[in-house]
Amino acid sequence: MIMELEYKVEGGDFTQAGYASSQVKKVLKQLGINPIVIKRVVVALYEAEVNIVAHAYRGVITAFLNEDGIRLVLDDEGPGIPDIDQAMVKGYSTASKEVREMGFGAGMGLPNIKDNADEFDIVSEVGKGTRLNIFIKYI
Amino acid sequence: MTDGKVICGESHLNDSIEYAFASDLMSDVLTLRITNFLLITGLANIQSVRTAEMSDLKYILFARDKKITEEMIELAEENDMMIISTPYSVFKTSGILYGAGLKPVY
Repeated sequence: MIMELEYKVEGGDFTQAGYASSQVKKVLKQLGINPIVIKRVVVALYEAEVNIVAHAYRGVITAFLNEDGIRLVLDDEGPGIPDIDQAMVKGYSTASKEVREMGFGAGMGLPNIKDNADEFDIVSEVGKGTRLNIFIKYI
Repeated sequence: MTDGKVICGESHLNDSIEYAFASDLMSDVLTLRITNFLLITGLANIQSVRTAEMSDLKYILFARDKKITEEMIELAEENDMMIISTPYSVFKTSGILYGAGLKPVY
């Protein structure tokens, strides 16, 4: 592994949503990563970060910059996702009015993460939290 | 054409752009693969600017004289973006710019 970055995310704090994604973007740019890869990484990460702010109490984002690509692991403490298959359906959302007012919560986030990722899986336990595992290869 | 006022990013005034996308749904903006386009939106908050940052887009046009906060301007300047504000609606703004030759993303 070349580098590991870690950021804490607070649930409900919309003013800070995207801060971690922005920091990761800066590092990837400095490292001269291909702009197409950077966009895929930060779009997936930003959607996932907004999900933590929107749905969880708090979370930790870890980005592993490996030899072959970037792995993003997002661990949150929150209500969890009772039905992951349903959550993956485009248009399905449980987001609050506040989240929708921010321009999100239309049930597009998880499908958009999947579209940008080479590997994507979700593990969730109701009442405990959710872990997203995203891998995007360098090109 | 849209009676727009440049809020920040005057250095981009002579840039040329080919495409525009109008949306208040930031998740929809984030699905776009292209980067060099104008975002026309009525959603004026920090997440609109964050979305532009993540999408690698440099130009945002806020419709209906929405309040642009200092925080939004700071984030836009940090990312070398241009923000324009117009009194016109998203519909009218889009119509004028489409008529003037800006292409739709879809």
